[in-house]
Amino acid sequence: MNIVLWAGVAAVGGVGSVLRFMVDRAVASRMARSFPFGTLTVNITGAVLLGLISGLSLSYHVALLAGTALVGSYTTFSTWMLETQRLSEERQVWPAAANIIVSVVLGVAAAMLGQWIAGRL
Amino acid sequence: MFAYDRRELIAVFAGGALGAVFRAGLAELAAPDPARWPWPTFTANIVGAFLLGYFTTRLLERLPLSSYRRPMLGTGLCGGLTTFSTMQVETLRMLEHHHYGLAIGYTVVSITAGLAAVYLATALVRRVRVRR
Repeated sequence: MNIVLWAGVAAVGGVGSVLRFMVDRAVASRMARSFPFGTLTVNITGAVLLGLISGLSLSYHVALLAGTALVGSYTTFSTWMLETQRLSEERQVWPAAANIIVSVVLGVAAAMLGQWIAGRL
Repeated sequence: MFAYDRRELIAVFAGGALGAVFRAGLAELAAPDPARWPWPTFTANIVGAFLLGYFTTRLLERLPLSSYRRPMLGTGLCGGLTTFSTMQVETLRMLEHHHYGLAIGYTVVSITAGLAAVYLATALVRRVRVRR
């Protein structure tokens, strides 16, 4: 990877994080506080997008920027884990378990959906 | 819509840019292979979960409130370093190639290790506080 590509990864990755921040806040402010709907929305929409991108035959550079940098940064594993751990700490055992199960089931289904869409394009 | 604090957005952008570069650098180390354990994604995710547990607990419970440290280190750096979408697509690839055990193992171990990392980092910060 050359320096221009690395700079591109940084810039696009920064944009992905800002998008996550905005979507998370927009969703979380409209939904119940008791469940992390914001992160769930970000992660599931991101899984659809990455399934779509990986289903298209893109060049290495485009796949790196759009997939790894943009969508990779847009979704998050760390916040998903933190929010789940904090729910269980507050003895919200069912919301914590639901956050894991719903994310995993919808996550793989979302990636499949994205790939299916890519196949129709 | 919301009134966004421009400096907060810049903090998220800067942290996210750095996190994405670290993650992309890790991804360069191993070619994607649905028959193998995805070490780059796994490492980024677990390290990022530990760091987020550490930063969040320390910034919220120990240090004086700052407006920009949390968006930069938590939302930006840890959010950009870790990824959910790549993990799901990797799991889907494993399932498509009939590596069912690997797919289940990858999902279960990632979640278990991720939760343990957050728990450990949180306990570490809180233990230091109790001692003082």
